[in-house]
Amino acid sequence: MKKVKSLADLKKMKEQLQSRIALREKSEHPDGIIQVKVAMATCGIASGAKDVMDFFITNLEKRNIDAIVSQTGCMGYCYAEPTIEVRLPGQDPVVYGFVDLKKADEIIEKYIKQGELVDGIIPVNYKTID
Amino acid sequence: MHILVCGGTGCHASASNQLLENLKEQVAEKDLAGEVQVIATGCFGFCEKGPIVKMIPDNTFYTQVTPEDAAEIVEEHVIKGRKVQKLLYRDPVRKEIISESKDMGFYKKQLRIALRNCGLIDPENIDEYLAADGYAALGKVLTEMKPEEATKVLIDSGLRGRGGGGFPAGVKWEIARRVQGDLKFVVCNADEGDPGAFMDRSILEGDPHSVIEAMIINGYCIGANYGLVYIRAEYPLAIERLKIALNQAREYGLLGDDILGTGFNFEIEIRYGAGAFVCGEETALIHSMEGHRGEPTFKPPFPAQSGYLGKPTNVNNVETFANIPVIFNKGAEWFASIGTEKSKGTKVFALAGKINNVGLIEVPMGTTLREVIFEIGGGIKDGKKFKAVQTGGPSGGCLTEKHLDTPIDFDNLVANGSMMGSGGMIVMDEDDCMVSVARFYLDFTVEESCGKCTPCRVGNKRLFELLETISKGKGTHNDLDKLRNLGEVIKDTSLCGLGQTSPNPVLSTMDNFWDEYLAHIDEHRCPAGQCKDLIKYEVVAENCVGCTACARNCPVNCIAGERKEVHFIDQSICIKCGACFDKCKFNAISVS
Repeated sequence: MKKVKSLADLKKMKEQLQSRIALREKSEHPDGIIQVKVAMATCGIASGAKDVMDFFITNLEKRNIDAIVSQTGCMGYCYAEPTIEVRLPGQDPVVYGFVDLKKADEIIEKYIKQGELVDGIIPVNYKTID
Repeated sequence: MHILVCGGTGCHASASNQLLENLKEQVAEKDLAGEVQVIATGCFGFCEKGPIVKMIPDNTFYTQVTPEDAAEIVEEHVIKGRKVQKLLYRDPVRKEIISESKDMGFYKKQLRIALRNCGLIDPENIDEYLAADGYAALGKVLTEMKPEEATKVLIDSGLRGRGGGGFPAGVKWEIARRVQGDLKFVVCNADEGDPGAFMDRSILEGDPHSVIEAMIINGYCIGANYGLVYIRAEYPLAIERLKIALNQAREYGLLGDDILGTGFNFEIEIRYGAGAFVCGEETALIHSMEGHRGEPTFKPPFPAQSGYLGKPTNVNNVETFANIPVIFNKGAEWFASIGTEKSKGTKVFALAGKINNVGLIEVPMGTTLREVIFEIGGGIKDGKKFKAVQTGGPSGGCLTEKHLDTPIDFDNLVANGSMMGSGGMIVMDEDDCMVSVARFYLDFTVEESCGKCTPCRVGNKRLFELLETISKGKGTHNDLDKLRNLGEVIKDTSLCGLGQTSPNPVLSTMDNFWDEYLAHIDEHRCPAGQCKDLIKYEVVAENCVGCTACARNCPVNCIAGERKEVHFIDQSICIKCGACFDKCKFNAISVS
């Protein structure tokens, strides 16, 4: 049983709990925020996309980076699974292939934090319609 | 990813509970529990198309989802990333698919303050309320403000009571604060009784903690340590969620002794009402809570002087309370910047009747009726013509075409012969008879009058009888005079708000639809074809092909005729139900 004994307690709890609904609040204005989409079709999951997605969810939160992580369908690069798409605010999305946990860590540290492109980019060869 | 499923009473009735279970099961089966959360929330307001499911973060808005759709949503949307087309919302006018709620006409003009957490958080989990800035206002008030300062904030915000009368909430608190008393009470009026209004229920179901938080603040401001929620027993889901919320708040130490280490104590109890309309009146409500008959008493003394158990008591409505935490979080100036000069903030309306988007909406004060009915409400059903909108329930009146561009606020509605009431809005089309509408509301007030004072007990009954005579085509011009005079007398002489406003539906329909009353009296005719004694269904011989559809559907077998021959209606047996008229595909039944 958690007791909230003071205002400081209340503020601390709010901070800890914020992430529970942050996704819902952020999704109202997705353009201003970092978006990571993990391809989670059968091939992606078979190659470990679930672990990669969990890694992004926990680590982005741990490293205090405001982002929306969501799963998406097959992007078509089945040879390069797991694949992810990262969209920084105001920039074109970048697709990375063969993303394992090590690569995921590198993407967070270099690309998401500093905007530095890292190896493993798949040139996007499609356009999508909305 | 979060999947939000509406858990309001409306969607509950359409099996949203089973849907929630099925979604959870599917997610677990596909081993996605770590990535996908399924959450039951409060009412999204779009009850017309419930049950509602909202997918986060891509904001896809699914409507009329059945438990059987759960597998497809998980398989297609969650795993393959494809929207389930058949569940997306289709604009009733333009027929195109709209996949996100923010693009829907229903949500575009809305501003949700009282309903801010409904459809966003899980009402049965205090952690989600805390994450959404919950109890932050309480923390601020208890630690940084004196009671008089906090009350001043509420006065400055201009918040007016949302239960009907529109009395400034801050002023009410100030009066209760200044009264001396060893024991004071805070009462939350959740006895929502207007036909068609369900905003208080939805708030308690979707965001119960906001009401609890505001009641504690109220207690601190006026110096009360006890709160009571008076709620009708016919709201079982709201009661259950409120109980869960109260228990969680107690567990967290946000309710009880020494809240947040400030030494302030507050406890809340629930009292059940049996669903009498008059118990929404604050003195009647207090008597009912004391175990006495739910009858009003003369004011003064006001509850602030002598209320529950004769002690100073402050009574506010659910929606009023739900606005309060935000006012303290965002400031009185912010709140006062929304709305019109004398009515600040927003108002929740329950849209019902002959309108495309039935549901619960919240708009800034000053939004026009046209915007509410035609943009948010999506216009009149089946392309019919708008006739009137009834606001304020049995205490309000009917507004017509000429009032459509009136900005909605407390004073404008009163100036136009209606009132805000608790926010019920019933839209009527060309097929509705205004004499019948007035009779319907009078029937309700006659039923709900407590019988204590004569004008209300006897007067309303007489009004009702006069209306019945008119709707039978037996009225005279003298009856019209009587209606008006009696109505005025009841308004002037009744004891409480129920009687003082009960003639409003009659008086306002007489003002706006005088011709319709005259048609019933002079021509013995009901222009809308609703008053059963004044209409006659007949077969139009030249159109009748003898298909027998009318005869087969007539519940009293009053239609005779051979196949492929013209049929005939026996007027002595006909009960004027209109079934033949609805079933005939050849326009061979006429109403006169």
